[in-house]
Amino acid sequence: MLTKTLAGKTVEVNDEGFFVDATEWTEEMAPELAEEVGVPTPLTDQHWIVLKYMRSEYFEKGTGPTVRKLGKASGVTTKELFQLFPKGPAKLAALCAGIPKPRGCI
Amino acid sequence: MTTETDSGAQDAPLIPKVVDPKIEKVSIIVSKGSFEGIYPALIMANGARNEGIEANLFFTFFGMDAVHKERYDHIKMATVGNPGLHMATWAGGLPGASALMTKYMEKQMEKQDFPGIAEFVEMISDTGAGMYACLASVDLFGLERDDLIEQLDGIITVGEFYDMAAGGQIIFT
Repeated sequence: MLTKTLAGKTVEVNDEGFFVDATEWTEEMAPELAEEVGVPTPLTDQHWIVLKYMRSEYFEKGTGPTVRKLGKASGVTTKELFQLFPKGPAKLAALCAGIPKPRGCI
Repeated sequence: MTTETDSGAQDAPLIPKVVDPKIEKVSIIVSKGSFEGIYPALIMANGARNEGIEANLFFTFFGMDAVHKERYDHIKMATVGNPGLHMATWAGGLPGASALMTKYMEKQMEKQDFPGIAEFVEMISDTGAGMYACLASVDLFGLERDDLIEQLDGIITVGEFYDMAAGGQIIFT
């Protein structure tokens, strides 16, 4: 079992750094996670729109959205998503939002 | 892929050790103008960007239809010479067969929430992937820059393509 200490709390993560239990995540952990994976910090309001959308989709549907879904539904355009999370929006937003990596090809 | 060989050691392994097996960059050549020729290339390019991989698309020959203003929203599936469709060859040649099968496929894709080719091309440009047309093909087909969509980053030579692709993987479709 891999663990990580974020915002003073120890959480369980998988070998790619994604949370095993999304309920262990707190908002204070997001900036630390973002910095670790190269997401530009400080996190902006738009980052937070995406992170909150990721979590609500995950808890509603059991999986986070793909980039296309994110672009269509979160109100943040594809172009902006790649500015906010340059190295892969859905993947990195999921990591920073403490949910498992979304699976999808589009 | 970067590899590392230890030339000094006598018992160096025969197979070089893989240091960083992650793909950092892909260059995808699109040479066909059919629905099934273009779509997989777009999925590969989009998927690369979603993983944070640098991606460039290079459109050549009939593949240029994917970035042709008047054609990119009307790409058709090949119904002749396509055994994967499991229909009689003569049926594939009937008038309207290609349009009908394309419509059917597009409907299936819509159900899965897949974008159509035109929307997909624009979306891929938004992901920051580079999109280039092949100079030789543009000349051969008598096209102008204005015939191609605005999102296109340029019309380049094969030499320029290789410069751009250096250090990454090349996928030909």
